[in-house]
Amino acid sequence: MKPLLALLRRDINLFFRSGGGAGQAIGFYLVVIILFPFGVGPDINLLARISIGVLWVVLLLAILLSAERIFADDLEDGSLTLLLTAGPLPELVILVKLIAHWLCIALPLLLITPFLALMLNLPAGGLIPLIICMSIGSLGLCALATIGAAILVAIRRANQIIALLILPLYIPILIFGVSATTDMTYQIEKPYTSLLILLGITLISLIIAPFASAQALKANL
Amino acid sequence: MFGLANPTKFMRFSSLLLPYLVIITLGSLGFGLYTVFNAPEDVLQGPLSRILYVHAPSAYLAQAIYVFMALANFTGFIWRHPLADMAAKNAAPIGAVFALLTLITGMLWGKPAWGTWWVWDARLTSVLILFIMYLGYIAIWQVIEDQVKAARVATIVAAVGLINIPIIKFSVEWWNTLHQPASITTSGSAIHPTMLTALLVMFAAFTFMFITLLFISVRTEITRRRARALEMRILQKNIAQTNSKLANSALKNSEAQ
Repeated sequence: MKPLLALLRRDINLFFRSGGGAGQAIGFYLVVIILFPFGVGPDINLLARISIGVLWVVLLLAILLSAERIFADDLEDGSLTLLLTAGPLPELVILVKLIAHWLCIALPLLLITPFLALMLNLPAGGLIPLIICMSIGSLGLCALATIGAAILVAIRRANQIIALLILPLYIPILIFGVSATTDMTYQIEKPYTSLLILLGITLISLIIAPFASAQALKANL
Repeated sequence: MFGLANPTKFMRFSSLLLPYLVIITLGSLGFGLYTVFNAPEDVLQGPLSRILYVHAPSAYLAQAIYVFMALANFTGFIWRHPLADMAAKNAAPIGAVFALLTLITGMLWGKPAWGTWWVWDARLTSVLILFIMYLGYIAIWQVIEDQVKAARVATIVAAVGLINIPIIKFSVEWWNTLHQPASITTSGSAIHPTMLTALLVMFAAFTFMFITLLFISVRTEITRRRARALEMRILQKNIAQTNSKLANSALKNSEAQ
């Protein structure tokens, strides 16, 4: 447990000290959300109707675009090989890196979500469900992104492929994330069914991701 | 199956089998088309309903080939069976084409029947996602040059895809459903017997078509690799000759001095 905590601290420190990391994802999130009203028109009712979906899609893309960072730096300076061969189980190392990535990328995004939600005129009472669902869903998104990042470690010239590989896997989280948020916002009957399924998909992703990523990294190193 | 891991044995075996496969494919396809055009038309849809005989077999193959591909990858991963990897690699483009064929025939049918080329219905959407997953899988083989490494990575992609396909299907169905439910289930069939015969013959014909195409493309790949190996050997010989010539002339120069 102790080395894993040390690894977590190291990853977070490295992330914020090497610069540019969280800023890039936040910038993307901010800019795309701001672009949306220009694209669909300033009608407040329309924005309210699409706000939940738009926030989810842009969150998903922001996490996808930052996925490459999970292993890239460690691969470059050679520490990835050491982490995977020495130390604890590779699967646990990957799980820690995944959590570190969530703390560094997804958490800042969640923190600025309330402001952007206000700008998109999110329906009243929608903010708390949105944050709850997004914090669960983003963990699943980070897990799936880790698989993509591990697969792409070997391929330098093909970062675009990650979208082709990972986006299909993102669809269930997107569908249930949006439907859980909507159900809870509008207080329909049985509002938590979708939330439970979202939780289930996130847990499955968290189980699959470390094993698949470990295999992919072993094939690549 | 394991005897066939040797490419030479596979080439001999497949060259014996291939003519029969081609005959069976063409025969069943011809017979299938004959029964299709003799089967009664749907009362409401008229000749339009004949698209079904291409649409349904393609849809079944698009899904079955993904499973086949993943299983072949597992075989290659666990037993280091080189031909299984090749089979998986070559099955992917065929599967992608069948998925595309499903989409295109579905759209051609949807325009007159539903009044629109495309609806975001659960089944249409899941075939589209399947098609994208095929593209991702093919891309992996394209961008990783080392084929052994590519096979290992492709196995992971296929495995993750295989686990996720049911989840994606379930969630997309939750999201929106308009497509008619499956007409043929294990408990019985809702379509006319003559139409069913035609459909079953087409299913068989398409399956044989897939097997034939797979054999041909694996054979092509083996031939391509052999040609490449020969090329490399000739190149190496040339380089060795040039090197020794250069060395000789250098030696003569130094002696002359």
